[in-house]
Amino acid sequence: MTLLAMQRSFRDWLVTGEDAAAEALGGSHGTAVYQNNYRTALVSSLAETFRRLALWLGEAAFETAAARYIDARPPSSWTLDAYGEHFSAFVDGLYADDPEVAELASIDWTIGQVFVGPDAEALRPEALAVADWETAVIRAVPSLLVMPIGTNADAIWRALATGETPPFPEPAKQGTALLIWRQGLEPVFRRAEAHECDVLNWSAAGEGFAAVCERLAASLGDEAAVTTAGTLLGRWLSEEMIAAVG
Amino acid sequence: MAQHLSGFGLGMRRPHYRSYIDGTAPVDFIEVISENFMIPGGKPLDTLLKARENYPLALHGVSLSIGSADGLREDYLKELRHLVDIMEPAVVSDHLCWTRIDGFNSHDLLPLPYTEEALGVVCDNIGRAQAALGQRMLFENPSSYILFPGAMTEWEFLGEMTRRTGCGLLLDVNNIHVSAVNHGFAAADYLAGIPMDAVGQIHLAGHVQGEHLLIDTHDQPVPPEVWALYRAAMALAGPVPTMIERDDNIPELEELCEELDVARGISAEAAGERIAA
Repeated sequence: MTLLAMQRSFRDWLVTGEDAAAEALGGSHGTAVYQNNYRTALVSSLAETFRRLALWLGEAAFETAAARYIDARPPSSWTLDAYGEHFSAFVDGLYADDPEVAELASIDWTIGQVFVGPDAEALRPEALAVADWETAVIRAVPSLLVMPIGTNADAIWRALATGETPPFPEPAKQGTALLIWRQGLEPVFRRAEAHECDVLNWSAAGEGFAAVCERLAASLGDEAAVTTAGTLLGRWLSEEMIAAVG
Repeated sequence: MAQHLSGFGLGMRRPHYRSYIDGTAPVDFIEVISENFMIPGGKPLDTLLKARENYPLALHGVSLSIGSADGLREDYLKELRHLVDIMEPAVVSDHLCWTRIDGFNSHDLLPLPYTEEALGVVCDNIGRAQAALGQRMLFENPSSYILFPGAMTEWEFLGEMTRRTGCGLLLDVNNIHVSAVNHGFAAADYLAGIPMDAVGQIHLAGHVQGEHLLIDTHDQPVPPEVWALYRAAMALAGPVPTMIERDDNIPELEELCEELDVARGISAEAAGERIAA
């Protein structure tokens, strides 16, 4: 058997666990050790990445979901940390009637991504003094992610993270979204305020602060638009969400 | 500029991060799993940069897959090179094994047959990896649970590999013991067959007895039989940077440092015996 053929047989054994695949490798006790190592490492990685989801589902249900995911999606990335990339969508299929399950998984996953996301210094408020507000564009820190949610998964997640009794699942108001980013080295999240996602999206698309205020004015009126945009900007600065204005 | 590795170190594990950031851990160097830090930014990299200020660093990979018949991943090499450029480690190592084939990654250190074909593949891949990183690498002898038919012993394979590529060896003494018991060869023959001048680092670890085989778990203290083998290795190798690699069931730092003191003692005794001889 060539090296390539052996490695493909080994892969087949790990992925399928079928006796015929093990026999191609000699069928010794050792093949079972590798099969166990393979699945244990993947389950452990998922349990580490999706800690709050595991608490919500309970150990047995989580391990069942993990086992089915492992069967459906053999790993391809060189880092185990990437293995859970599609797990939220997968549990969404398993728990179609419990939408908070997939959203809990998404929060776990996104916080993990933000934790190791690109570094950026947050803008100091005094830097605004030199901004030209006619042309200035607000640039959020690169770790910022906006995540639409349809349930109170955020409240459930926080309760699970702090060891409190989580609330019962309930739907969230339409248009609810979470902002997830890093303050210094620590990931944080909160629900977006009214108009906040619009302003962030327009700014991310390169629209200047003056243009953003004009767009807000179309729905809020001039005075309220400026007040709203200014209030949001102040909040973002205090929450270390802005990397640059310029 | 990259520092030099010497003395006695530990794998830097999360429960002990504070001691490495503060520089209070009584070790001569630290080793981390490369892939845990091949990331865009954030706390893990910040922690390692701070620890790196206090201790010489060894980067130890688990996903290079030097034995893959379909070659190495370009994106992996690029990411690893980026980390090497940032951290300037004293040593970059991985394992004599394969983890990946055709886009499938097992996340386990899988065994190779010790054949001429595998040797050719491994040496080609080592050449490419060392060129991509711009430095010599060390490769660790694996623990294994399957022995494929092959023309060479593991130590013969390692010897020829170092001769052809100029790479060094990371000798894991626990892995020698585990494989020796599992496959029925003499650990002393292994040590005698290794090109000791190529050994750039030594790992010490523990294992457990499985139903049929010894299992390399790295979650136990170093057992007496591994200490005995370490003594024999040090008698042959001379002073080699040595560390304890504890990956799970992590005890207090003080407990690991006490184990490291045992290694210091054995190394000193072996040095005395070499001088006397």
